[in-house]
Amino acid sequence: MPEPLLRASPILECCDIAFERDFVPVFSGLSFALRRGEMLQVSGANGSGKTTLLRLLATSLTPSAGRILWQGQDLDRCRTAYRSELTYLGHQAGIKAELTPRENLRWLLPFHPNASGNAERALAAVGLAGLEDSPCATLSAGQQRRVALARLYLSTAALWILDEPFTAIDRDGVSRLEQLMHAHASRGGVVVLTTHQPLGLDGVRLLEMEPYACV
Amino acid sequence: MPASDTVPALATGRAFRALLVRDLTLAFRHRGEMANPLIFFIMVATLIPLGVTPESRQLAVLAPGIIWVMALLASLLSAESLFLADYRDGTLEQLVLSPQPLWLMVLAKITVHWLVTGLPLTLLSPLLGIMLSLPAAGFGSLLASLALGTAALSMIGAIGAALTVAISRGGLLLSLIVMPLYMPVLIFGASAVQLAVDGVSPVGNLAVLGALLAFSCLLSPFATAGALRVSLHG
Repeated sequence: MPEPLLRASPILECCDIAFERDFVPVFSGLSFALRRGEMLQVSGANGSGKTTLLRLLATSLTPSAGRILWQGQDLDRCRTAYRSELTYLGHQAGIKAELTPRENLRWLLPFHPNASGNAERALAAVGLAGLEDSPCATLSAGQQRRVALARLYLSTAALWILDEPFTAIDRDGVSRLEQLMHAHASRGGVVVLTTHQPLGLDGVRLLEMEPYACV
Repeated sequence: MPASDTVPALATGRAFRALLVRDLTLAFRHRGEMANPLIFFIMVATLIPLGVTPESRQLAVLAPGIIWVMALLASLLSAESLFLADYRDGTLEQLVLSPQPLWLMVLAKITVHWLVTGLPLTLLSPLLGIMLSLPAAGFGSLLASLALGTAALSMIGAIGAALTVAISRGGLLLSLIVMPLYMPVLIFGASAVQLAVDGVSPVGNLAVLGALLAFSCLLSPFATAGALRVSLHG
């Protein structure tokens, strides 16, 4: 557990960031700060830039203005350290249909220094016990999504960025995932997620994205 | 707790091997797709004697060039798919966002590409040599030049594949980008075989091919990694 003093200072900070795609602004003037143990739900209409914001935070895109700070340091300076503290699950979760769930989890493990543990146990935790060795192509959309979510059970990274993690997940799976995120936050982790569903968790901060209006 | 203290050692070697094994597994589960360039290779070699001339003396003159052009086209055809599947299913983003050096992961993918296209083509080439009545003196040079040359082609093709991965139907653009870079490999490869057939030592040409391979090994992983980052920014 971090010391109380460190807990109070923000771990992830966005200072007045803006992003434009092909000279069309997506959003601008966005600022927020997250402390350890906080969860942020990004919401807004389709096309309001939720995924773009998440990809900015995941360093997949770079903001056209403003700064993102990780533990008070500019992201450009501590990119590798930041990336090893990051688990990102995008819209496209990177699940290979030709590989089995076990293979899908295993090959990515050495890529993240903050990922370890037992792939079987992670798959059992997302309710895929007994399906570890059937090709993902034979699984349903929800089950494939669960394979991707199993990565979270193997992750000890501080920051989780989850783009629509609940897509195609049933009610039981959603509540289990909520518990997992809650446990992560109470360990001092940070979760940033987008979803259109109301979360059954307390203390989730809300960031409402608005469609960009030209003034 | 500063960030640098919490970063455990990067298991780069293990990551490299994991990606290598994963891509080989994927290639073997797509055996049909993997065999496509090879079948193309054999089909052309079967059709040339029927369409041009069955006379072995004329075929022998054409053989080095034909085999090399086929190898080049087969490598070009398969280069397009190098990063496409990974780009579409989000794996590429996971690779780019991992703290591991991207150029090394790119090198793993290129290695697999060569292992499943260039190497089988090389091993198959003596058969094609027989079908096209290549004189016996040319076989050693054919194998050596194709082994070096197809590896260089895979390296060069990867740059083009990375640049065009985000473009729909980027295949034509890929050919345009990569073709001029393929030329030196083709020229030195085909003439190495021709020289050996003519009874001249092909060592000089093979050395140039080796140099091309070394040069592309040095540049391509970095260029490809940079191009992938640019493509993902789109």
